[in-house]
Amino acid sequence: MTALMTGTLPLPYRVVRTADETPDTAGIVLEPSGTPLPEFCPGQFAMVYAFGAGDIPLSVSAVDGHRLTLTVRSVGAVSGALRNAAAGSTVGVRGPFGTGWDVPADGDVLIVAGGIGLAPLRPVVRRVLAARERYGQVAVLIGARGPRDLLRPGETREWQEAGARVLTTVDRPAQGWSGDVGVVTMLLDRAAVAPAGTAAFVCGPEVMIRATARELVHRSVPAERIQVSLERTMHCGTGHCGHCQLGPLLLCLAGPVVPWDRARPLLSVREL
Amino acid sequence: MTTAGQQFLGALSAAHRDRLLAFARDRSFPAGARVFDEDAEALRFWILRSGLVALDAQVPGQGSVVMETLGPGELLGWSWLFEPYRWHLGAQVREPVEAYEFDAPPVRAAIEEDPAFGLELTRCVASVAIGRRLRACRIRLLDLYGVPHVPSEGSPA
Repeated sequence: MTALMTGTLPLPYRVVRTADETPDTAGIVLEPSGTPLPEFCPGQFAMVYAFGAGDIPLSVSAVDGHRLTLTVRSVGAVSGALRNAAAGSTVGVRGPFGTGWDVPADGDVLIVAGGIGLAPLRPVVRRVLAARERYGQVAVLIGARGPRDLLRPGETREWQEAGARVLTTVDRPAQGWSGDVGVVTMLLDRAAVAPAGTAAFVCGPEVMIRATARELVHRSVPAERIQVSLERTMHCGTGHCGHCQLGPLLLCLAGPVVPWDRARPLLSVREL
Repeated sequence: MTTAGQQFLGALSAAHRDRLLAFARDRSFPAGARVFDEDAEALRFWILRSGLVALDAQVPGQGSVVMETLGPGELLGWSWLFEPYRWHLGAQVREPVEAYEFDAPPVRAAIEEDPAFGLELTRCVASVAIGRRLRACRIRLLDLYGVPHVPSEGSPA
């Protein structure tokens, strides 16, 4: 088995461009310099190397053939280096790793995103809206710290025009903000989806995921129809190092996307 | 996930919902209307059918600071149910509102006269309005979307 097949060898990818999305977050578009990695599915992640700094896991926020768009928030040395990577420079990429979102072919769809959690859900929204006629109600609920922390507000307006019900709320409104204020769970009752027939996708901080999933179950959305993207420290991406272990799951293999009926008992265990 | 206006009312049994709605009248507010002010006497309450209302507080040097917004199906005001019957926050309409409006004194009298109705309505206010908003407030206190206190670069986002 080759290193490429096992996902242990980073391949060179060229930075096509980076674009600021918020004051500390940027979208980075990559294309293979040579041999491409296998195609990524929405929800899967890559290990991305800033040479000389290190590597971090990043979920794909768009896939266009072998061209990848990743969203990186600058919180440390590696993410800072990637956020500021110059067009034309080279980074290393391993992947694709983990499970992707299981997007249904029809029915109602509810997407709930908190903060940068919107990035991995973006391909789900785009896939659903590309075949909008096949689906019933499509709702996208977005929560963020403040208005300036909202990812791609222009694109979310396009989603609205394409037939999704997009609702946005912020924790800390700024002067001039005329939208909702509060946590994203307070928007659930305005989603207008039928709970029993809804496929729900949730990504964001873990506390927000737990609160959202509980509220959805309380509203009769079946737990197995709620998919959540979990965060633990990803390192090898191949299930060997154990850094991402959550109980019996190695999230780099069995996650990051996990159905809520499987995630719920694990997330209620302290220190797990 | 509920029909507008049903979120709060939907938590009541049909009989008690009908009893409450017997006190209701239709009310509209235009955008920008002031519904009530902090510390004023809480003489009415509303169940929103459409629109958006901001709950706010006056903060010296910052003016009116919005704490939370309420949308269709939600109860606007619970201070009318508990002493001293004065508003803890103010309320201003952000998007034009259609609502059921209730005078508080006759509803409070009905609660005293009919313990079963009173218990269910009080439970509903406590669980659907106060409890839910308390949970939401506690989550916001965590400032989940802020920069991690211990920056971790090991989680895909």
